[in-house]
Amino acid sequence: MELFLQQVLNGLTLGGVYSLVALGLTLVYGILHVPNFAHGAFYMAGAYTAFYVIDKLGLNYWWGMLGAAVVVGLISVVSERLVFHPLRNAPYLHHMIASIGILLFLEAGAQAIWGADFHRMATPYNEILTFGGLTMPAQRLLIVGAAFFLVVLLQLFLKKTVTGATIVAMAQNREGAALVGIDATRVAMLTFAIAGALAGIAAVLYAPINLVYTSMGNLVITKAFVIIVLGGMGSVPGAIVGGLIIGFAEAFGAFYISTDYKDIIAFALLVLILSVRPQGLFAKGAH
Amino acid sequence: MKLMNPVTGWLLLLALAIAFPFMAGNDYHLTVMSTAYIYAIATIGLNLITGYTGQFNLAHSGFMAVGAYTVGILTVDYGVSFWLAFGLSGFVAAFLGFFVGIVSLRLKTHFFSIFTLCVGYIMYLVIEKWESLTHGTVGIMGIPAPESIGPLDFSEARTQYYLVLFFLVASLWIMHRIVHSLLGRTFMAIRNGDDLAQALGINLMRNKLLAFMLSVFFSGLAGGLYAGYVRFLGPGIAGVEHTFDMTMYMLIGGIGTLLGPLLGAISIPWLTQYLQVLQEFRFVVFGPVLVLLVIFLPYGIVGTYLNRQRRKAAMRAPAAPAPAATPSAPAAAPKQGATHA
Repeated sequence: MELFLQQVLNGLTLGGVYSLVALGLTLVYGILHVPNFAHGAFYMAGAYTAFYVIDKLGLNYWWGMLGAAVVVGLISVVSERLVFHPLRNAPYLHHMIASIGILLFLEAGAQAIWGADFHRMATPYNEILTFGGLTMPAQRLLIVGAAFFLVVLLQLFLKKTVTGATIVAMAQNREGAALVGIDATRVAMLTFAIAGALAGIAAVLYAPINLVYTSMGNLVITKAFVIIVLGGMGSVPGAIVGGLIIGFAEAFGAFYISTDYKDIIAFALLVLILSVRPQGLFAKGAH
Repeated sequence: MKLMNPVTGWLLLLALAIAFPFMAGNDYHLTVMSTAYIYAIATIGLNLITGYTGQFNLAHSGFMAVGAYTVGILTVDYGVSFWLAFGLSGFVAAFLGFFVGIVSLRLKTHFFSIFTLCVGYIMYLVIEKWESLTHGTVGIMGIPAPESIGPLDFSEARTQYYLVLFFLVASLWIMHRIVHSLLGRTFMAIRNGDDLAQALGINLMRNKLLAFMLSVFFSGLAGGLYAGYVRFLGPGIAGVEHTFDMTMYMLIGGIGTLLGPLLGAISIPWLTQYLQVLQEFRFVVFGPVLVLLVIFLPYGIVGTYLNRQRRKAAMRAPAAPAPAATPSAPAAAPKQGATHA
């Protein structure tokens, strides 16, 4: 039973991180209608920014997180302005290739600055809490709490504020949104900023129990893709539920099936589900 | 103003390629060129499914690894001769491609790409983890060089170069035959709009599957050559970054043209050779180049040149009917974008 609960905690941790990354991806999908492959590189950039702030500037963990959110938000907005905006009428293939270009640039850039070594990010939350046989590293609890908090915050923002509603409106119908006077450029920039900040924060939350390295975003982003395909492209609740599903599948798969193959589980799940249901689990209409 | 006719141009290129070993300063140059040719063969394959049929397959390097490991495993662990294993490499890749294709090709546009991205990851992880078959992260060492045929001794750099060149020329010729046949037109019709293609009576699934299998056949073949040439294999060759490399070659040269991917696959490795400092950080330069290309020069060098030629020809003969004889450029491709503007 304790081992089972332990896996539940692991699943929540992974699921929280995946949900945050997938949320950004799905919001951007709502605007672009094309998956942003560079999102994983944004995640990586967030971890390196925080690493720099904590390790070189000597500031604490929370400043690192703030720095990551701001810097990655900026990178994200700049890439929207310089790359995705000029390509808005191009075929989907061009979007994908351009986002791969950004991804390769950011990865090579990080490697040029910090080298190919793995780095460890310090966290002030090293203690391990125990609750009746259940051991819980504080950092994992922080991830679960922070992810939950951010997801609720984002939901409130999208549902209760006018600015949030413009994002939803634009994701639903671009022309319609423009007709009622929504400034498409502003909304697109705002969405990219939020998506980038979420990726940055997710990276800073997860990095202390993982490591910081240039290709750290690749697996995470691929899993985020799996999540938004499963949850329905552009769907916010889908990204959250999908993130949790993949998180739990990995935690339990790693424990009950094999740690070696735990990274395959998410992909195998996607292949399996899309083989049976090409339209995804929750999406309406065919892809 | 035509520089020269295409046949002369291709023959000139071939003559240059044959003369290259006599001009090259040392064996290292031969190695760079041979590796470039091997990746050119794989890129030509990727171009068939992506440039001509419009489906962006991100598992392409995974299929190259399948071809390479077919040769590696059969020759090292089972003592099969290189030629037999090599002959199988393309077919094993195409066989696997059949199963991947029937599932993945039901998906359209970026869903297909995401699906194949996942397939590529699965291939990579399986190669890395299935140690009893693939030797895992250690890799396969000591793959024998191709056995000599008569007086041709393939342990020599120069003969190996000609071997690779032979397959590159054969691949280009086959690809030329494909894209200029009815089959090639069918693929392009699917690229330019699959609803329209279907309305014309084209069986989408069967043709896409055929294009996909042909495409990964070339990839597997390139992998087989790679195994015999480099004679060491690690799971790294299945990595998606190799697919990204090939995408870059294809795009810089000109997607959906015959010459473009070849031009890209040969010139970029040389460019990185001369920018040695950049070797590891080449994407600091090539990443933005890729972005600038899709924004300003989406048809690459060759595609842009061909389009200009065509526009000039059209201006010279305004009364002539639409140029039906020039189906190879992806001129109609931007139309796809209108739906998600």
